[in-house]
Amino acid sequence: MRWDKIAQSEEFKHLVKIKAWFMTIAIIFSTVYYFALPLSVGYLKPFMIQKVTGSINIAYWFALSQFFMAWIIAGIYAWVANHSFDPIADKIRRENAGGLER
Amino acid sequence: MNFMGIGMFIVIVAITLMITYWASHHNKTTTEFYAAGRSISGIQNGFAIAGDYMSAASFLGIAGLIALNGYDGFMYSVGWLVAYIVVLILVAEPMRNSGRYTMADVLAYRLSPVPVRTAAAASTLVISTFYMLAQMVGAGTLIKMLLGIPYEGSIIFIGIMMILYVTFGGMLGTTWVQIIKAGLLMFGAIFLTFWVLGKFHFNLVSFFDAITGKLGQSFLEPGKLYKNPIELVSLGMALVLGTAGMPHILMRFYTVPTAKAARTSVLWAMGLIGSFYIMTTFLGFGAAYFVGGDAIKAVDKGGNMAAPLLAQTLGGGKGSLGGEFLLAFISAVAFATILAVVAGLTLAASSAFAHDFYVNVLKKGKADEVTQVRVAKRTGVVVGVIAIALGILAKGQNVAYLVALAFAVASSANIPVILFAIFWKRFNTGGAVAGIIVGLVSSVGLMMIGPQVMGKAALFPLGNPGIVSIPLGFLAAYLGTILTTEKTVHSDKFDELYVRANTGLGAE
Repeated sequence: MRWDKIAQSEEFKHLVKIKAWFMTIAIIFSTVYYFALPLSVGYLKPFMIQKVTGSINIAYWFALSQFFMAWIIAGIYAWVANHSFDPIADKIRRENAGGLER
Repeated sequence: MNFMGIGMFIVIVAITLMITYWASHHNKTTTEFYAAGRSISGIQNGFAIAGDYMSAASFLGIAGLIALNGYDGFMYSVGWLVAYIVVLILVAEPMRNSGRYTMADVLAYRLSPVPVRTAAAASTLVISTFYMLAQMVGAGTLIKMLLGIPYEGSIIFIGIMMILYVTFGGMLGTTWVQIIKAGLLMFGAIFLTFWVLGKFHFNLVSFFDAITGKLGQSFLEPGKLYKNPIELVSLGMALVLGTAGMPHILMRFYTVPTAKAARTSVLWAMGLIGSFYIMTTFLGFGAAYFVGGDAIKAVDKGGNMAAPLLAQTLGGGKGSLGGEFLLAFISAVAFATILAVVAGLTLAASSAFAHDFYVNVLKKGKADEVTQVRVAKRTGVVVGVIAIALGILAKGQNVAYLVALAFAVASSANIPVILFAIFWKRFNTGGAVAGIIVGLVSSVGLMMIGPQVMGKAALFPLGNPGIVSIPLGFLAAYLGTILTTEKTVHSDKFDELYVRANTGLGAE
């Protein structure tokens, strides 16, 4: 099995490129969104404790939204992985399955 | 003595022992023992990850933190789910594609096996020991409170149970114990949440209006627990990165057949864990409203009894049949929770010692299946005995900081090395060993000279060292790589690892 050949193939390079692109955006977005929570309640407290619905303030909704942010990112990842990453990976696997020494 | 509680504990113990007996017939090869023969489905593994992860510290601890501190406790709970984004996107699938049983398998692929396996086994054993000790001490205190069984008796009993699960049931038995526990925990949380919110006609606004009416608007405002935002950022960094470096979580990805199943399992785990923590916050706020902070603190000043006391109050109060039944049920769920987590940790610790250190370092990979499984099972017994001994020695100590420490070590020692091994071609053995050692020593060292251990005399200002030790781990892994020139040929293996990790080609 020539692993370096697969590593240099256009298909594999394309797969790695789109994965890296997606991962970078997803990780940067979720990191910024998550760390904005402790920083904003720490340093922008007067703004964050403004009440929006009854006695519930912005800080509460922002913290609760983190759960949905995580689920939405996970959902997008699953969709992109199923539709864009898996078909390429499957094809590379099929094409090279024969040469596998084990 | 609480006879209803003891009755439910016995039912849970009986069910888990039957599972263990069934699983013991499928436990002959190393793949069966460490990875349940890769026979677990994505959904099953999702439940098992949730069961492995949601410890008594999170169920009882977070509910208590919120009941006593309001908003700050809620903010703390957020990081436990957000952490799974890193697990899902960066770690789960590459690990499944390129490893066999442990994190060190992935490192040993392209790096010099003996030093990296030794270093990885050391960090895994340190993380497992700290985390397990926190669980054991918490469990001993909890069972004493719930059932009136003496602390030492509880520790010995839990130790024996986890040895039985791991040595006879292996990964298959442990997985099913975790699945059942996750189911019970979700059921308990859903049941109580509906009861609490039902009292407010499922209207979130009237729920919080009632709470702030009773406890003041400041209960829903930050600042009661965390005075320093940097402290919370540091804790958040350790949680978010550390989860992906926790050996008992990483190990779960080897139990499924493919990377796609690993992805499915993280998605299910995120659904379960996220909804569980959201519900826990309602239980915490509900306990503050229905039970009250003073009544909770009167039973346990750490607030750990908030959720069980809420159940008791909702059921009709102390002494009533409904109240005692619900208290017993929630206590039994908490007990099942502890058993499932310690079993997962025991298995992770024994795989690090038996698979990484004994078989691949001492025996240079030359050990037959029968010997490997025998060594792994014996290690499980030794780990259990050590956990019992440490648990008894730590009686009465405040060990809550050990959970934070375990996450700090996992994020500082394991994560830089895992990420570099998967994504950086130039990375080498020197970098891996330096990263693990510096990450391990700096996180433990800074914790020891910080306020959680030294109190007011602390030399380091933060109780959570992540914000310093995580960059140090990355820096050491980087410098260790740049400053050493590897003489072996392992650097060619990067292409192989990279292709395997990204496509699943040749995955076992």
